[in-house]
Amino acid sequence: MSAASPFALLANAASLPWADVPEWPLPELVRRTGAELDRGARLCAWFGVPEDEGTRVVAVIAFDADNTLAVARSAPTQGAYWALTATHAQAHLFEREIWEQYALKPEGHPWLKPVRQTLGGAPALRDFFRVEGSEIHEVAVGPVHAGVIEPGHFRFQCAGEEVIHLEIGLGYQHRGVERALIGGPHRRTMSQIEAVSGDATVGHATAYALALEALAGEEAPLRAQWLRMIGLELERLANHTGDLGAMANDVAFLPTASACGKIRGDFLNLTALLCGNRFGRGLVRPGGCRFDLESERLAQMAARLETALTEVERACAWLWDAASVRARFENTGTVFAKPAADLGLVGPAARACGLVRDIRYDHPAGWYRLAPIPVAVWPGGDVFARARVRWLEVQRSGQFIREQLMAAPDGAIRGPLAPSRPDRLAVALVEGWRGEVCHVALSDAAGRFRRYKIVDPSFHNWTGLALALRGQAISDFPLCNKSFNLSYCGFDL
Amino acid sequence: MFVIDTLVHRLKRGRETMAYPHGPAPALPDRHGGALRVEAAKCPEGCRECVGVCPTEAITPLEGKGIALDLGRCLFCAECVTACPQGVITQTGDHRMAVRRREDLILGQPGKEEVRLAAALDEKLRKLFGRSLRLRQVSAGGDGSAEADLNVLSTIGWDLGRFGIQFVASPRHADGMVITGPISQNMELAVKKVWTAIPEPKIVIAVGACAISGGAFAGNSEVMNGAESIVPVDLYIPGWPPHPLTILDGLLRLLGRLDEKAPRP
Repeated sequence: MSAASPFALLANAASLPWADVPEWPLPELVRRTGAELDRGARLCAWFGVPEDEGTRVVAVIAFDADNTLAVARSAPTQGAYWALTATHAQAHLFEREIWEQYALKPEGHPWLKPVRQTLGGAPALRDFFRVEGSEIHEVAVGPVHAGVIEPGHFRFQCAGEEVIHLEIGLGYQHRGVERALIGGPHRRTMSQIEAVSGDATVGHATAYALALEALAGEEAPLRAQWLRMIGLELERLANHTGDLGAMANDVAFLPTASACGKIRGDFLNLTALLCGNRFGRGLVRPGGCRFDLESERLAQMAARLETALTEVERACAWLWDAASVRARFENTGTVFAKPAADLGLVGPAARACGLVRDIRYDHPAGWYRLAPIPVAVWPGGDVFARARVRWLEVQRSGQFIREQLMAAPDGAIRGPLAPSRPDRLAVALVEGWRGEVCHVALSDAAGRFRRYKIVDPSFHNWTGLALALRGQAISDFPLCNKSFNLSYCGFDL
Repeated sequence: MFVIDTLVHRLKRGRETMAYPHGPAPALPDRHGGALRVEAAKCPEGCRECVGVCPTEAITPLEGKGIALDLGRCLFCAECVTACPQGVITQTGDHRMAVRRREDLILGQPGKEEVRLAAALDEKLRKLFGRSLRLRQVSAGGDGSAEADLNVLSTIGWDLGRFGIQFVASPRHADGMVITGPISQNMELAVKKVWTAIPEPKIVIAVGACAISGGAFAGNSEVMNGAESIVPVDLYIPGWPPHPLTILDGLLRLLGRLDEKAPRP
């Protein structure tokens, strides 16, 4: 399918000269991108690059079945254009973002408002979509929430208990990550990347390393790729285990909740065994990894991993056995496959709607090219399906990492990395535990970052949560929210 | 599943809460390294090896020779430990790092090679909070990691509740605020409102490098460079993020609930 595409094709974690990226007038880019999305492509990123007086729009799309990515760009444009969102909902936040950042107006966008901009220190002080009617009432929650959790604002339109519409207002966590990257890499860049979303440190750090290696035209040593895989799968195990526990907690099933809370820590401690930090900070660097897993440490990791996997197996068996849990999980917060595909959901949230998409399988980079991992899918789209996909992934990641720990390649863990080549565009996708982490780096004439775009999986998925709430009781919001467990800071950047 | 099965499963797992602080503290991961110790008197003339490798400019060269390392800006990457040719900067393996005053995190000078650990609250506040401390947590530009390790303290292994410390859902129910993140501009108003809503007397605890100094994002115009830019801070807990043990040590230290005679790890 991708063979006939007018876009420039490339593999994951590869780069191409900026001049080789096909350039069309913006309306033509919108039309052709729409045509590719109609043929089954997925929109990974859609962002602006300022040039002269105008802005170039860059489209990065994925042909999952062909294991191929494709890019194209527009000529520098000012003013307004006819929105891609009007026909393809996947673009709705991307176009709002470009409008906010570069004042390029997408005409026909059904809900055009800023994504994260400040307004007197309170991004939610704006108009929200309102449902009119004498029986309708509005519930506003946040930015500060009841638990120990990041800030965001939720505005519910309710008829009694039933949620008619939920609009999610974010931006509170905005730290200027992408702006600070321009002209980089700077001394602080690696640390900022590791903090894009704290619980997905290895995912973002790996995507960043792949992008820089693609700009340099090099690859990390094989052993470093193996170590990154271990870091990524441990991150997945820790977060999925924690979320299964948290979902159990939200339906008042405390045995699994308390056990998983502890086992999650056991997985985090395995990451700390590897690199000293429970979140994998300091592990991944462009050109390789900073810490090795020597044979003694490897044996210790394998033994402790076995214990943790056995415990999580038992704790989750209680969960699936409990009728009270199934009754609360099933048919709660359902997102059907069609709207999930239209919105471009990624990761476990998409796979729980029956969509088969997993970067590790569709666009493997690093170690995953050598060792394929099965994709965990569950139809249904409800909280049960999202919990089930997490559980399948815990099992499969566990089995995968078990096998791979015994297949350690020899060699160095870090090599010297050549400087970035000038005027190139690199795309790196990584299947983080929440889904597709997309980093796009564009180098300038000196090899510095002219633009660096980060798309956290949460950017695609927050709208999925809003959709899941339609027709639900508002009291099910915490459970639905936890079943997605999206990142606020990864969205706000 | 029958109720009885649930109870049996729970019984089988047994007691999982750690013995600390009445028993030994759990070991930090060996590669964690713990707090830093800086003996700037050992710095050779004109040596600047460590200054350039620090991602957050936490190390300031002093005129002539010597350095000052700010543990409140430190991301604990240990690049400086590797870079130092003289062994001036070393890892102590000690999890204890919480301090009451910002300047107590500046390391280097003779007598100030390590952090000056936090003193307990005064008698009156200890009487109020010592056996029951309710905290409102606010993340303001935090990346979710410090929040995660605060949540960990409420799990069965750590069981913060046994000290009478609890995270509560409303500032009206709180004795203090725990801040994570550098304070994004967009959260400034919310943090101020939460602080105002907490009844007096109240305390503020800054957890992690971001909340103490802005951390990796210090200097970005979108953030405020830490909690003390808008509220007074009573306890600083360094780390990126701090290990749960470091946070717990800080809380217990503040409440005067640690037995100081316990042997140092």
